[in-house]
Amino acid sequence: MSLKYITPVDTFKKYLPKDYVELVDYGPFGKTQEEAGPGNMGQFKELIEEHPMCSGCWMAYYIRLIFASLPAPEETVTLGTAGCGRLAISQAAVPFIYGNYGDQNAMASGLTRAFRLRFPEKHKDVITIAGDGGTMDIGFSMTMHSWIRGERFTTIMLDNEVYGNTGGQESGMSPKGAVLKMAPLGKKGEKMPATDLAKAAGCVYIVRMSPTNIKKAAKIIRRAIFVAREVGPTFIHAYTSCNIEYSIPTEDVFADAKEKEKTRFQFFEYMTDEAAAVIERVEEEEKVARKERKAAKAEVN
Amino acid sequence: MSPNTPPKLVKTLADINYMLKEAPREKHFITGAQAMAEAVKRANVDMAIAYPITPQSEVMHLVGDIYAQGHIKEYYRAEEELGTMSAIAGAARAGVRLFTATSGPGLLRGLEAIVSWPGHRVPAVLGILTRVVNAPLSIQPDNIEMAYMMHCGAVMLHAENQQDTFDYTLAAFAIAEKVDVYIPVAVATEGFFVTHAKGYVNMMADDIALHPFDAIAAPVPAMDNETPPARIQRDAPVQKSNFMSYLIHAVWQQEIWDSNSRAMKYIYEYLGGPIEVQNPEADVFVVASGCAAAQAREAHRYAQDEGLSVGLIKVRAIRPFPVDEIREAAKNAKALIVPEHNIIGWLSKEVKAAIPNGGIVVPGPRVFGGMTLPVELIMKEVYTALGLEYELKL
Repeated sequence: MSLKYITPVDTFKKYLPKDYVELVDYGPFGKTQEEAGPGNMGQFKELIEEHPMCSGCWMAYYIRLIFASLPAPEETVTLGTAGCGRLAISQAAVPFIYGNYGDQNAMASGLTRAFRLRFPEKHKDVITIAGDGGTMDIGFSMTMHSWIRGERFTTIMLDNEVYGNTGGQESGMSPKGAVLKMAPLGKKGEKMPATDLAKAAGCVYIVRMSPTNIKKAAKIIRRAIFVAREVGPTFIHAYTSCNIEYSIPTEDVFADAKEKEKTRFQFFEYMTDEAAAVIERVEEEEKVARKERKAAKAEVN
Repeated sequence: MSPNTPPKLVKTLADINYMLKEAPREKHFITGAQAMAEAVKRANVDMAIAYPITPQSEVMHLVGDIYAQGHIKEYYRAEEELGTMSAIAGAARAGVRLFTATSGPGLLRGLEAIVSWPGHRVPAVLGILTRVVNAPLSIQPDNIEMAYMMHCGAVMLHAENQQDTFDYTLAAFAIAEKVDVYIPVAVATEGFFVTHAKGYVNMMADDIALHPFDAIAAPVPAMDNETPPARIQRDAPVQKSNFMSYLIHAVWQQEIWDSNSRAMKYIYEYLGGPIEVQNPEADVFVVASGCAAAQAREAHRYAQDEGLSVGLIKVRAIRPFPVDEIREAAKNAKALIVPEHNIIGWLSKEVKAAIPNGGIVVPGPRVFGGMTLPVELIMKEVYTALGLEYELKL
């Protein structure tokens, strides 16, 4: 019912807020990626438009990309925790659950299981989107245990290597030596090995990346969601710099993201055989569907 | 060994009033932990999440067993209490009936999530099998953790014995899910004294179950992209430091506490009211809740035998607190003796605040750390209140 549930009856439409009607008419609900996806952002009504993130925020860009890449926004629920990210995520036109500190993966465990109870025939996509503090520090136990239990949902960590929202404190994901608040002499320990931990804990699809390539980043978001539907926990560790706390001039944000791609955020993709089979199947299906649509369009013309 | 799939059971579905008041019952001799699990078995629970702590563990073992028997659709052991309570909050968004239970330190560990359940409109049932909060370490009964629960907006019931534990737990699901309530209901009883001791419990057959959870009958719809009205609008003003967010928080919390007050009429309907009064014309009352009420009942019986003017006020509901009812019951009382199983005396403070003449409250006797509550300690206060000498022999 999910697409129908979003769509208002015609007589009621004129009483609804303009923003809502535009989302239904020109948004990505029930549409393909060619019609409304990362390739044509700015040309359709996006799920997230306004947000209070800082000027030049790389995290805001990546969140916008996540929402443009969703395979089924009308069947998606996102969860998050305290941090900058939630300020934007809560303004997307997708149900967002904000719980307590770092508990997003525990909440998602309950939510995903309950969805499977109520809607066994459907894919309800559950995605946790939280920062490095929420995912790897305060939420560490709940993140790890959701993976160890094999909970079937997607975890996206927005790693800006700092507690940005609370004012620039050291996090477990900050690099060694970084001088930050609460690390006045520089961070003593190493940056936590998040993707290694994910692998050890049983994630079936893991990517670490600096999302500088829109097409590639979108493909990975979709892969993580498709695999979580059928196989098990998936994890994306994405670099989303904090240009404020790390003093990156706005015009250099992209260059910084490119540079990090060569150092701490070298592209890494891991998948189990089962995950690979799902990816291969789904991407082949998408390819065939794209060809069919192209052929149908050519016939009409 | 591969996990087994629980069987599918056929049950007769029934209304809570039929179940509590009309369904034929049979007498069983069971522990408090069994009584709580037996109520869960009949409550058509969708999902239960477990994490061990003494003395609660027994309850969630038994709930696990009834899951394996097919009475519950989903059950798992979570990582620790914060994970458990957060998962309950997440699952509630999908529109399902939920149960979990904990004790003392476990309650405190899960408290950050639990105290946000009312605000999240989580209509789950939480068993609290009371235990000392460390330190020094003890696993013994002491209900001090209830004091920490009293200010979050949840409905709280306090069971005196095994029968109460069964009835309150079953009623809790119905109360929590009322559209004009829709907040969690905690059912507390004393660890060991009730959970691990047997008592007589009258129960209806276990092939009768409550009607299933209705995800549509909710003041805040499930976030399942199925239950209207659609929730795809942007939550711009929430979670920001602006006046709109202050206002939203304020009115939301007011609504939680109003919902808590509205639970009172269902406490009357299903449980006969928030208090039980014996000997309403008495000069002195023993006011107690939970296990202390069982000892207070004994003190009342002793006093009847000795021809003393002593009554009993048993407090079933801690939240909403029966302010009007206690004030009315105690309006001619000369003294109110409040025995408790905790060091701070949270019930005596509540009673004192409820009546205009708080000076008549005798704040005790209190035992804690797992000690039993001898009736003689209560009798000493009764005699003293009546101006009589009492030789305390323990």
